[in-house]
Amino acid sequence: MRYTFVKSKPSRSFPEDDAFFCAQSEPDTAEIVIFSGARFKPDHAKAAILIELLNECLGEHIDDQESTSINVLGFARYRNGHDKPSNLVELVRHANTSEKAVAAAREMFAAAGFEVVVCSDQAGRIIDRLVIPKYNAALRFLDEGLASQADMDLTCKLGLGYPDGPIERVVRGGLANHYHASKALFEAYGTSAFAPPRRASVAYRRDKTRG
Amino acid sequence: MGAGIALVAARAGFATVCFDRSGDGLEKAARQSAGFLDKSVARGKLDSAKRDQVLTSMSQTTRIEDLADCDLVIEAVFEDLAAKRELLGRLDAVCAEDTIFASNTSTLSITEIASGSKRPERAVGMHFCLPAQLMKLIEMSPGILTSDDTFKTAWQWTEACGQTPVKTQDKPGFILNALLVPFNNDAIRAVEAGVAEPADIDRAIKAGLGYKMGPLELIDLIGLDTQVRLCEAFYPITLDPRAATPPLLRRMVAAGLLGRKSGRGFFTYEGNSMFGA
Ligand SMILES: NC(=O)c1ccc[n+]([C@@H]2O[C@H](COP(=O)([O-])OP(=O)(O)OC[C@H]3O[C@@H](n4cnc5c(N)ncnc54)[C@H](O)[C@@H]3O)[C@@H](O)[C@H]2O)c1
Repeated sequence: MRYTFVKSKPSRSFPEDDAFFCAQSEPDTAEIVIFSGARFKPDHAKAAILIELLNECLGEHIDDQESTSINVLGFARYRNGHDKPSNLVELVRHANTSEKAVAAAREMFAAAGFEVVVCSDQAGRIIDRLVIPKYNAALRFLDEGLASQADMDLTCKLGLGYPDGPIERVVRGGLANHYHASKALFEAYGTSAFAPPRRASVAYRRDKTRG
Repeated sequence: MGAGIALVAARAGFATVCFDRSGDGLEKAARQSAGFLDKSVARGKLDSAKRDQVLTSMSQTTRIEDLADCDLVIEAVFEDLAAKRELLGRLDAVCAEDTIFASNTSTLSITEIASGSKRPERAVGMHFCLPAQLMKLIEMSPGILTSDDTFKTAWQWTEACGQTPVKTQDKPGFILNALLVPFNNDAIRAVEAGVAEPADIDRAIKAGLGYKMGPLELIDLIGLDTQVRLCEAFYPITLDPRAATPPLLRRMVAAGLLGRKSGRGFFTYEGNSMFGA
C-alpha cells in the first residue's frame, strides 16, 4: 500500500528520520494520504485519508456526517511525552468510516511492522484514556506520602511485571507534557480522575515562568 | 495464599507451622507445596536435599495452640475484618508477648485488624503477591500503633527470606491494588463505552506500554467475581468513582461470565487456549 505525507510541521508520530516516513511514495502514486499538521483535503479517489491526532478528537477535523468523510480516519502512534514513539498505532474511526478505509489503513501500518488497534473517536483514544488516571493517582499518592517514588515504581515492576513504574515513566516523558494530555481529557470528560495532578501542573507553570 | 507464604518461610530455613481450621485444606496445601518443590527439582532450580529440608521444616496443624512458640505469625485467613480480628484475639492468648502478628490482607486496614489484639504495637501489614512462592514483592505497612521495632524486625525477616519489601502507609489497597483495581475498572468502562473491542484494548496496552498482559485478560484471570469483590471492598472506603463496580462487570457476573474459570469473560477459553484476543 503506497502512501504519502502532507506535513506542515514535524510529526509526533513519524519524525523526519523515521523509516516509515522515509518510505513514502510520490503523491500521485499514493493510495493513502497522511495529513500531519497540514490542513486536510478530502479525496474520494484514495483508499484512505489519515489525519494525525494529538490530544484532540477526529471530529475536530471533519464532520462525520459528510459524505466526503467516509474514507477518513484519525491516527496517533502512541508516545509517552518525550519518549521515542512506540510501535503502537491507534487508528480512530468515526461513525461512518467505511470498512474498506479501515482495512486499507490497517494494512499499510501492519505491513510496516506496527501493531495496529482500532478505536472510536473518543478523547484519549485507548492508552491515554486508561493510563492518565492511573498516573494521576500515582502522582497524588506520592504527594500524600503513601510510599516513596522508588517503592511505588518497584511495586509496579515486581508486582505487576511492568517494564517501568508509573512515576518514572511520567517524569521521563515530561511532567509538563503529562499536564497537557491530562488537561485535554479533563476538559473532555470533566471527571476528577483526569484533573491534572499538582506535580504536573506546577511543572507546567514552572516551565512557563522560567521561559 | 497461606501455603505459598509458608513455602517462602520454609525455603529460607525457618521452622514453619501451617495452621488452618480445615484439615482437608491443610492436606491439600501440603500436597500442592510438595508438588511445587518436586517441579522445582525437576527443573533444576532446587536440589533434592534442599527439597527434603524444606519439607521437614514445615508442619501442619489445626490446633492454634501449636503456634505458641512462633516468633512471627502471618495470617492469610478469609478477607474478613471480623475473622481476622477474632483470630488475633485468639493468638494473644496463645503466643508470647513479643510474637509479631503480620497480616496478608489485600484490602483491609492493618490498624483495624490490629485492634483485634491487645498488643497492636506487635501487628504489621505484610502483603504478598500471588503466587507468593514465586513473587518477590511484599508490601509492608505499619498500622497507627505498630512499633518501629516490630516493623524493622518484620522487614528484616522478609529480607532474610530473599523477598523484596517496599514500605507503604496503611491505606486501602496499599500501592498495588490501589493502582490496579481502578485501572482494571477503567478498562471495563472503556469496553462499555464502545472505545474499542477488548482485544484491541489489551493489544494497545501491551504494545504501547510493554505490559505482559492486558487489563481485560488479567481480569479474566483474577475472576470477574473477584473484581466485583475488590470493588465492593474499596469503593465504600475510598468513595473513588473509579473503584466503583462498573455496571458491565456486574452484568457479566450475573450472566455467569466469570473469566478463565468459567470458560468465558472478556475472552473465551478452551483448555489452555484463549480466543478473541
Ligand atoms: N488470592 C490472592 O490473590 C491474594 C493475594 C494477596 C493477598 N491475599 C489475601 O490473603 C488472604 C487469604 O486469601 P486466599 O485467597 O488465600 O483465601 P482462601 O479463602 O483461599 O483461604 C483462606 C484459608 O483460611 C482458612 N481460615 C479461614 N478462617 C480461619 C481461621 N479463623 N483460622 C484458621 N484458618 C482459617 C480457610 O480454611 C482457608 O484455607 C486474604 O486476606 C486475601 O486478601 C490474597
